[in-house]
Amino acid sequence: MKTKEPEAKTYLGVPLYRPKVAFFEFSSCEGCQLQLVNNESTLLDFLSLVEVVNFREAMTEKSDDYTIAFVEGSITRGDEVERLKKIRKNAKILVAMGSCACFGGVNQLKNRFKNFDWVKKQVYGKHPIDSGLVRAVEDVVPVDLRIYGCPIKKEEVEKIVLHVALGKSIDIPKHPVCMECKANENICLFDLGEPCLGPITRAGCDSWCPNNRAGCWGCRGPAEDANVEYMKKIMKEKGFSEQTIMERLDCFGGFKKVK
Amino acid sequence: MKKTLNVNVKHLSRVEGHGNINIKIRNGKLMEAQWEVIETPRFFEAMLVGKNWDNAPWITGRICGICSIGHTLASIRAVENAFKIVPDEQTTKLRLLLKHMETLQSHSLHLCFLALPDFVNAGSVFPLIKSHEDVVLRAARIKGLANDICDCVGGRRLHPTRTVVGGFTKLPAKEELSVFSERLKSIVNDLLLLAELFSGLKLPAFARETEFVSLKGKDSYPFIGGDVVSSDGVHMREQDYKKLTNEYMVPQSTAKWCRLSRKSFAVGALARLNNNFEFLHPVAKDIARRFDFVPVNHNPFMNNIAQLVECVHVVMDSVRLIDELLSSPFKEPRQEVKPRSGVGVGAVEVPRGILYHCYEFDDKGKIVRSDCVIPTGQNHANIQHDLEALAGEFAVKGKADKEIELLASMLVRAYDPCISCSVH
Repeated sequence: MKTKEPEAKTYLGVPLYRPKVAFFEFSSCEGCQLQLVNNESTLLDFLSLVEVVNFREAMTEKSDDYTIAFVEGSITRGDEVERLKKIRKNAKILVAMGSCACFGGVNQLKNRFKNFDWVKKQVYGKHPIDSGLVRAVEDVVPVDLRIYGCPIKKEEVEKIVLHVALGKSIDIPKHPVCMECKANENICLFDLGEPCLGPITRAGCDSWCPNNRAGCWGCRGPAEDANVEYMKKIMKEKGFSEQTIMERLDCFGGFKKVK
Repeated sequence: MKKTLNVNVKHLSRVEGHGNINIKIRNGKLMEAQWEVIETPRFFEAMLVGKNWDNAPWITGRICGICSIGHTLASIRAVENAFKIVPDEQTTKLRLLLKHMETLQSHSLHLCFLALPDFVNAGSVFPLIKSHEDVVLRAARIKGLANDICDCVGGRRLHPTRTVVGGFTKLPAKEELSVFSERLKSIVNDLLLLAELFSGLKLPAFARETEFVSLKGKDSYPFIGGDVVSSDGVHMREQDYKKLTNEYMVPQSTAKWCRLSRKSFAVGALARLNNNFEFLHPVAKDIARRFDFVPVNHNPFMNNIAQLVECVHVVMDSVRLIDELLSSPFKEPRQEVKPRSGVGVGAVEVPRGILYHCYEFDDKGKIVRSDCVIPTGQNHANIQHDLEALAGEFAVKGKADKEIELLASMLVRAYDPCISCSVH
């Protein structure tokens, strides 16, 4: 059955370019892709902006002809490296989507053990298993854009795709979550006795966790010019243990290059 | 008819995670039918070792994007059982409401967006936006409401923020809950219309006798904690989960397989329905009867219908829960947590079946050992044996390659597998 093409949308009278987009997942929970279909109220609008040609979790059809590739997950095995390189070759714009793709996410927590054989043995016993150290997407191929967060915020993805379609520049916040949290008039988590990385973590989530009285775990990585050393000092003064601070900084892998 | 064919589906679509189907038939005889799981392992059990107890729900929730609420609740239950914390009634009700809405969200996603396209000859939900607009909008309304309630109660629709050991960091406003109660009542009709749609679809006629494992309700349909039963007569406590799952490795899968009384067993909506039919809400029971459902039902494709029945049940039960929550003043949302050494197990019925988390702590509350047994992991062996039976049966009937490929794909999809979760 031939379906009618949707009418071209216009912006200021100029027809909009409807980019072909593809979604791919590597080692991950696939939650970021799920977030994309999780915003039921704006889903149809979003779909009218782009042409989805690859989305294995939702569709059987597939194609290698796409402009933007959204890549979720971290890279842990040789076959993933090959698959990612092919995607990089096909795509004009490669977007690392979510903490696993940007930093390795919670998956990189296994890298902290010096003896990787011990890690394998913990889970699989003597059974041989093919797996290597966890890498972020940018450690394997060049990345053009990053969408931070565990999970990603759907509004941010929609904005980025809209800006690509309109040819507008894309600005990722440089300031910390703490500023969003203050603007939201939340009680400071430190005053509630909760550890929080809001002062050093990149904004853009609208202080999602602190709004719910949960301290920030730094899933979006460091804000620009984040002073991690001073943050550690403040948290110690507030009575948090070294372990608590390090567990938060380590959790999603975003701070490993600055801490 | 002497038939020779090969079916090779690489990275089966419309399921969570990566799995392959390989079927080889020579001269009408089944040579090979294999369900292969190639997902990369992430080693969650190792990740947790040495970390403080409060990391467990936060990190293990990330095992799965679709059932992150279930993982978080199983993890919290395991920690609470280890620390001898008993959640109060308010927390228990709010957790169940949250759990119900994850079930509704996940089941409606699977039924309408992942499974339905096969029944109407489409490759995805996208063409359905045009051909079945009312169905897609109805499904989006149901799923949207479930997600909105998860936001309200759990703080976030996936990877929840408010759910912690000891209770909740923050409570929903009562005004919000009463609005949600009205919205829940208003989607009952959407669900009934969905049931009507599905009753007009033809489920493949296929059955293979197997064992069904689930929690057992005492006086209600079970979701969080309690005893575990099987349709073969096994009855154990949740802390005996190792004896219930008996994990082992096979070459064709990076996820572990499980067995109990026979070579495989099944968990999920169909298992829950088979083992707990008497506890369903009357409206949900009526829907089940409309599909001639009689426990114990051995058609794996009926898992789709069991999910539909559960959607109705959780909506009706959520209205009751909200009524009860609104009828008394809210208390403090969070109990104090005092870590102690010991082992705790938490069993929770997540959309795809029974999930176990187990942790061992030292006296400071540091994690010494952890173990998670995932529903799809428990189903893999059953999927394999179903696939063999299905391919053999339909090969003899001389079905075409494409037809067998579709039926095999539909069979795996009927289990609504969460493959990356099963490998974790």
